[in-house]
Amino acid sequence: MKPEESIRLGADIGGTFTDVALECRGRLFSTKVLTNYAAPEQAILDGIAIVTHEAGISAGDLDIVIHGTTLATNALIERRGARTAFVTTEGFRDVIEMRTESRFEQYDLDLRLPTPLVPREDRFTVRGRIGASGEELLSLDETALEALGDRIAAGGYGAVAIGFLHSYLNSEHERRAREILARKIDAPISISSEVSPQMREFERFNTVCANAYVRPQMADYLARFQVRLAEMGARCPVFMIHSGGGLISVETAAEFPVRLVESGPAGGAIFAADIARRFGLDKVVSYDMGGTTAKICLIEDFAPKAARTFEVARTYRFSKGSGMPISIPVIEMIEIGAGGGSIAWVDAMGRIQTGPESAASEPGPACYQRGGERPAITDADLVLGKLDPDNFAGGAIRLSVERAASAITRDVGGQLGLSPLPAAFGICEVVDENMANAARVHAVENGKNISDNLMIAFGGAAPLHAARLCEKLGIDHCLVPPGAGVGSAIGFLKAPFGYEALASRVIRLSTFDSATVNELLRDLKASAEGFVRAGTDGMIVRDVTAFMRYVGQGWEIPVALPDRDFTDEDAGLFRDSFRKGYARFFGRAIDGLADLEIEVVTWSVKAEDERPEGARHEVTLGAGTVSPKAFREVFDAASGTLLSSAILERTTLSSGDRVVGPAVIVERETSTVVTSPFDAVMQSDGSLLLLRKGVAA
Amino acid sequence: MSDTINEIRMQVMWNRLISVVEEQAMTLLRTAFSTSVREAGDLSAGVFDPQGRMLAQAVTGTPGHVNTMAEAVLHFMAEIPREVMFPGDTYVTNDPWKGTGHLHDITMVSPSFLDGELVGFFACTAHVVDVGGRGFGADGKSVYEEGIQIPIMKFAERGVVNRDLVRLLRANVREPNQVVGDFYSLAACNDVGHRRLVDMMREIGLSTLASLGEFIFSRTQAATLARIQALPEGRWSNELLTDGYDTPVKLAATITVDDDRVNVDFTGTDGVSRWGINVPLIYTKAYACYALKCVVAPDIPNNWASLSFFTASSPVNILNAERPAPVSLRHVIGHMVPDLVLGALAKALPGRILAEGAAALWNIHISARPVADGDGRRAEILMFNSGGMGARPTLDGLSATAFPSGVMTMPVEATEHTGPIVVWRKELRPDSGGDGEFRGGLGQILEIEALPGHEFDFSAMFDRINHPARGREGGGEGAAGVVALDDGTKLKPKGWQHVPAGRRLVLKMPGGGGYGDPARRKADARRDDTVKGYVTGTPT
Repeated sequence: MKPEESIRLGADIGGTFTDVALECRGRLFSTKVLTNYAAPEQAILDGIAIVTHEAGISAGDLDIVIHGTTLATNALIERRGARTAFVTTEGFRDVIEMRTESRFEQYDLDLRLPTPLVPREDRFTVRGRIGASGEELLSLDETALEALGDRIAAGGYGAVAIGFLHSYLNSEHERRAREILARKIDAPISISSEVSPQMREFERFNTVCANAYVRPQMADYLARFQVRLAEMGARCPVFMIHSGGGLISVETAAEFPVRLVESGPAGGAIFAADIARRFGLDKVVSYDMGGTTAKICLIEDFAPKAARTFEVARTYRFSKGSGMPISIPVIEMIEIGAGGGSIAWVDAMGRIQTGPESAASEPGPACYQRGGERPAITDADLVLGKLDPDNFAGGAIRLSVERAASAITRDVGGQLGLSPLPAAFGICEVVDENMANAARVHAVENGKNISDNLMIAFGGAAPLHAARLCEKLGIDHCLVPPGAGVGSAIGFLKAPFGYEALASRVIRLSTFDSATVNELLRDLKASAEGFVRAGTDGMIVRDVTAFMRYVGQGWEIPVALPDRDFTDEDAGLFRDSFRKGYARFFGRAIDGLADLEIEVVTWSVKAEDERPEGARHEVTLGAGTVSPKAFREVFDAASGTLLSSAILERTTLSSGDRVVGPAVIVERETSTVVTSPFDAVMQSDGSLLLLRKGVAA
Repeated sequence: MSDTINEIRMQVMWNRLISVVEEQAMTLLRTAFSTSVREAGDLSAGVFDPQGRMLAQAVTGTPGHVNTMAEAVLHFMAEIPREVMFPGDTYVTNDPWKGTGHLHDITMVSPSFLDGELVGFFACTAHVVDVGGRGFGADGKSVYEEGIQIPIMKFAERGVVNRDLVRLLRANVREPNQVVGDFYSLAACNDVGHRRLVDMMREIGLSTLASLGEFIFSRTQAATLARIQALPEGRWSNELLTDGYDTPVKLAATITVDDDRVNVDFTGTDGVSRWGINVPLIYTKAYACYALKCVVAPDIPNNWASLSFFTASSPVNILNAERPAPVSLRHVIGHMVPDLVLGALAKALPGRILAEGAAALWNIHISARPVADGDGRRAEILMFNSGGMGARPTLDGLSATAFPSGVMTMPVEATEHTGPIVVWRKELRPDSGGDGEFRGGLGQILEIEALPGHEFDFSAMFDRINHPARGREGGGEGAAGVVALDDGTKLKPKGWQHVPAGRRLVLKMPGGGGYGDPARRKADARRDDTVKGYVTGTPT
């Protein structure tokens, strides 16, 4: 069966909403339901019931279910994972606590560093040591491990992580330690050489601890989900979207749940990249704002930026270094605690603050009338007139303006002597400024200028804030695609079956041995393809990459390699490709250093099945201006006043229709706010283009 | 309204300029060869106007470099006349008195031209792994013994690298590839800054940075002035003893706060040392300014205008050593300057200043080699390690965290790849934080051995062994540092020493001082200290 004929379902669990998208014979059905914390799978099943009913099919007709979730990320941010024991090399108990021994903010003497995921009392050391060439310097103390196994078993830990020095080169000790401990301990054991076989102990140890920390919760959840899905009549395979934007089996995901961190947002980036490709947009910033967080990702030449390590749970004004590092292949983005559910409050100096605490789905913002008493961003949006209280989430939730206003007065307005309207304006300005700062920082870290990009906005709350964010960032164009409210779930449907297998193995070109390289790459290919073959029998494309540097440097650049066996003569090919790549990155290759050696540090094979090309679209600037029939007062930040704004149903607009801002364009899962400096133009694919007034395409 | 728009435009360009220098610093991190730069971030980067005034600096970097580099550009302009500055030029020096205080730091400055006009300069500094001479240590009797001296000269003219300089360099240093590689990295990072600046100016339609500079300086000036005027006026003094090389060294400072400036004077400080622990005034001033700024104006961007309110003065002494005094380890005493200055400031602002901490980084330079007649590798290895920070007025001190330096440690796995050594232990040192209502940060313990068949010499550059960090407001002292072999042999805090094959070098780094009366420490904080093993009751 061709992919476009299959019935594919994407399900994304976010902190507040669970989104379900169904692609059925060329048509798209989608819905949003509140995330159910006690039983996250229940929300998906409810969503499946809704969309399959609408499509006139049954669960048994589904060909594939693709699932992504922020459950793992949230467990890390909110520190709600298993009580974890960490077993590490003697002498290195504090690696995850000592971090980089630096302060990420130079001038703040009251700086607080993030606390380690596993506290000191739960970190245990064992004798045994692998050296920097992978040789055994000191044998593993197996007797001590036996005793440690008893101690951990008696300690009631829910998970165990093992991380030894240089295990990315030689995993013998880690494997042996797992074997010994597994005889004593029921809890799942994660080892760093499998979870993240990359050099640099702080990053690798932290990654294996994170994997262990979320593993029991994620494994339970995934098992439950599969059972419930089968009970519903579904007989199709389930795949998980991973942090790198590809698909993996549920079994792999349960074993390596850290690879699910940021999987929902990864789906969002795939969604945006697909739209960028359809419109031929080479510089895009995707802006995904859900109930709990906002995610910003740069997409160049239709591909989201990739990285081998990233930071989650940044604690200090999004500063680099204030979170915890996770070393896995990932789509690079910045995420901050700014969502519709983010709580607004007033700090000791009388400044309005928002997030990172979220009202989530339970109890939810005050206006949901589900017991939430503290004001959230959604409450401010409602008071400002951006949301229609009777038509939120397709009318599924009735919103109370009174509850929102009184929560805002109680926690913000009252303390600052502001009535609900200006207080709500203050809340929105603060959260919008926070997001704008995060976007700028992210662009800067990547050497880009944020205003050069077109924004693609999606996620339930993004269309409410996108135009104002564009005002702040100097961005002139923003696309709000159809299905924006459930963008990540739709993105899942576009994701390839893909897996990137990585291994650190230092090989100098002067002693290039093609047999070793070929063997290593064969293993990586087999490993990557194995994951992919679990999901597809279609054509597989492979990208082989060597991460290379001059010997002595600490940062490697990716060098693309041909997908074939190498001979010893290919050392020259490696050298030339590296020098070209180096000049492209840094302006000039180094000359005058005849004996300067070049080495490969990390090898990567990424395998993916080929995806069908989507339809192409041109950006339309619009011909006729639509005459709206309904109006409502909506607060306009640029002019600082309530303005009478046109209210239109998105479904009533045709391609080329231009709506003059200020206006609100309403759809089932979200509303797009067109602020006074912007107009909106309906595109041929159903996207809305927000276009700054007076700016040409 | 147009004023508002203009202001926003300027604000955006200012942010943009900061992102340009941030990218400049990032390039240096990513291309550098020495672990000191690439893993530890011992560097700085900044952009200057044609008058040599710093417009913006990268957040990435360390105060000792940033604040010295801020003045270095003027020296380059004095030595290299405008007529011989060309597009594609890069200038270099490691002059301790014109750069950042010792020969190991290479400073490069590149003019930035737009359509033939000089619009500014980019400057950067990084610590390279070797400069020849006696190596990174205190044993030189004068700067002439400390390594190759590169007076201000051209590293590249019109994009063509000065091969004679490169050959001279290669012949004079122990790790020529790493050092020359770092020279290229420094030049490349200025190139990247220049290209981004030109992109920005063309895009916005600027032909000079004058109006932007005016905006940056006037805003910064007004904000900094307001902070200084909020300080009490007066004079406050403080003294501090450090270990010195073999005899204790007294440091003294007097802060004078006027209504429009703050001066720190170092009269009363001990004289110039015979050993390489002397500090050029430029470096002393850099750390004095840094300490003041942390307290007075932490949120105001660092540039010429914010730095111009803080001045330093001193007669010739160990904190104002003149050529040809040996200065290789200027950081050890230099890193004490913030504790010295903050101690004086604590008298002006009681209840607001943290306790003393380990202060000086416990850097170690290792020269490893095969034992006599053996096979193996030779290597120069540099590690940066930190003791504990002093307790803060409302918070415990940070454990094993660099302050005042802004560098990071290197991963042990990366260090072990650079040479034939094994790090057997690198973990927190229990019981080393000074007691108090808020506990001082813990130091750390480091144990190093050569790989089988190897031995090593190391350059000790450690302090607070005889003079531990003092507490504040009734808080206790942090634990003193210890340098020894694993058989108990005590070693000296400074100078080159030998560690034979099979023996381990053990470094116990100092903890930070406590803050406030220990009797006021909360019971749950004490319980947590015990559970986590931060405090065991048995001193280490």
